[in-house]
Amino acid sequence: MAEPTKGRTLAMGEQEAVPGAAIDMPFGTALVEVARWRPEIVGLTADLGKYTDIHPLRDAFPDRFFNVGMAEQNLIAVAAGLAKTGKIAFATTYGVFATRRAYDFVAIACAHSNANVKIVAGLPRLTTGYGGTHQAIEDLGLMMLVPNLTVIDPCDATDIMQATAAIADAPGTFYMRLQRARVPVVLDPKRYRFRLGKAALLREGGDVGIVATGIMTARALEAADALAAEGVAASVLHVPTLKPFDREALLALASRVPALAVAENHVSRGGLATLVTEALFDAGLSPLLARIGLPDRFIECGSLPHLQDKYGLSTPRVVERVRALLKGKR
Amino acid sequence: MAVLNQPSDPPPLATLAAKAHSMRRHMLGMARQLGQGYIGQGLGIADVLAALYFHELRWDPADVRWAGRDRFLLSTGHYSIALWAALAEAGVIPVAELATYGADESRLEMSTLDSTPGVEIIGGSLGHGLGQAVGMALGLRLDRSDARVFCELSDGEVQEGSTWEAAMAAPHFKLDNLVALVDCNGIQADGPVVIGIEPMREKFASFGWDASEIDGNDMAAVVAALAAARRRDGRPKAIVLRTLPGKGIPALETREKAHFVRIEPDEWDALARELEAGRG
Repeated sequence: MAEPTKGRTLAMGEQEAVPGAAIDMPFGTALVEVARWRPEIVGLTADLGKYTDIHPLRDAFPDRFFNVGMAEQNLIAVAAGLAKTGKIAFATTYGVFATRRAYDFVAIACAHSNANVKIVAGLPRLTTGYGGTHQAIEDLGLMMLVPNLTVIDPCDATDIMQATAAIADAPGTFYMRLQRARVPVVLDPKRYRFRLGKAALLREGGDVGIVATGIMTARALEAADALAAEGVAASVLHVPTLKPFDREALLALASRVPALAVAENHVSRGGLATLVTEALFDAGLSPLLARIGLPDRFIECGSLPHLQDKYGLSTPRVVERVRALLKGKR
Repeated sequence: MAVLNQPSDPPPLATLAAKAHSMRRHMLGMARQLGQGYIGQGLGIADVLAALYFHELRWDPADVRWAGRDRFLLSTGHYSIALWAALAEAGVIPVAELATYGADESRLEMSTLDSTPGVEIIGGSLGHGLGQAVGMALGLRLDRSDARVFCELSDGEVQEGSTWEAAMAAPHFKLDNLVALVDCNGIQADGPVVIGIEPMREKFASFGWDASEIDGNDMAAVVAALAAARRRDGRPKAIVLRTLPGKGIPALETREKAHFVRIEPDEWDALARELEAGRG
């Protein structure tokens, strides 16, 4: 009999403890704030209002909120219709449904028409223990393949709040990955500025560059601290907007460090690592490079600390990969 | 601004029939220069589009983006031949431009794109229309606009499950500013309707729609059904239209029912003579 593991799959809506600074419902809070002075903002969900943190909008502006039930194709179609009457439609569901189930509606009803629809995706990444039905780990790749679509993977509560305001202001169709409920504050809101389409160099060091997106930026910053204690100076480039991708920032970093590690909570093909390797290839660069991401397989159910460690996304595993990279191992 | 259509009583049936005939003539010309086209479907829906664009819709041909307009959504984008005919007849598109239908770089595409003036949605990925119509109806109501949304969809198209997601939502949101026009011409890509979809009126009625069923090629019936759909009683309206593919040209009405009608090069003159002979 296999050794029982310490963890367990959490119930839907149950959350691992968040140590340190955190904010409750950063997306819903920020959305209500912008909606106060932008009456054209409306919200929609497909029976996942409280699981995607959009219920503050429902409570603040009930006549501007529409729950279409468990019908994600219709969610996106209705959002597109609202946008075509001049509304800014924020539509929430889980990432797996926004992509796999509603893909044609995202592509044609929204992106092809440049409809002002902001798709905000719950449970993106390996951030649920509910297995392949709920883990959107190929969503960035799917969405980046759709023309006109802007794709965002924020790091923390600071990033989510700033990005929510930014995408409300920017016309067109967006896909943004979410963290809900109690969300860590990693980036200092006094110093950090989310800029649409721009990467942010959060830390400078000349030995290695870690290029990260989403919550892996938090892991990258922790890894950089650990590496510093070993005398390794790491840069951390945070890429919250994957499409359009900030090639200039990447190439500037690549010119300053001998090795790059790409860290994403996504399958290693079709996401950030693909963007990075394309940009490097086009620029004629071939630095030592490690791709830290998920394998091309469906992930099982389980506890997040267990799964993230097993699949190489925990901070200690990131540190190990960077150490190995510096010894020449990709 | 010249807003068209303050529906008159009695309705100008003879004028509308003349518009429908003129649109059919445009369609035959478009299909002829291309040697093909969705002429069967276009001829079948011509009476409904004539009744909408020249009687029921409140819109402004000189300003097709006017915010207060009624919206007409052609979910079946491949019926574009009929929409181009209506827009040309209304002066939105020059009649001479109809000759470019389906040609490279023409904005009068075989399947609609919303970059062409007068086109509300990209049709053709079937199952997309009704949900967007629900969204538009919600948006107009939020704006306290009294404009309405008319969405054409087809019998084959209702096999797409998204149609029923939207059909469930419209009565839930009490969208009495929404009219679904379900064109039942009995054909789809693989031939006669391949999987049972009847009873259509009862399906919509059971979802909570105020649903009627008419002969979609009977102008008086079309106009009367559209008038009845003006009721603002908290329920969306569905009009099931029984239409005849190829309507107006007997040789096409009786041809084997096909999604894409094949017409030989030497047939066009005879078809045109049939269309003109049948007028009135």
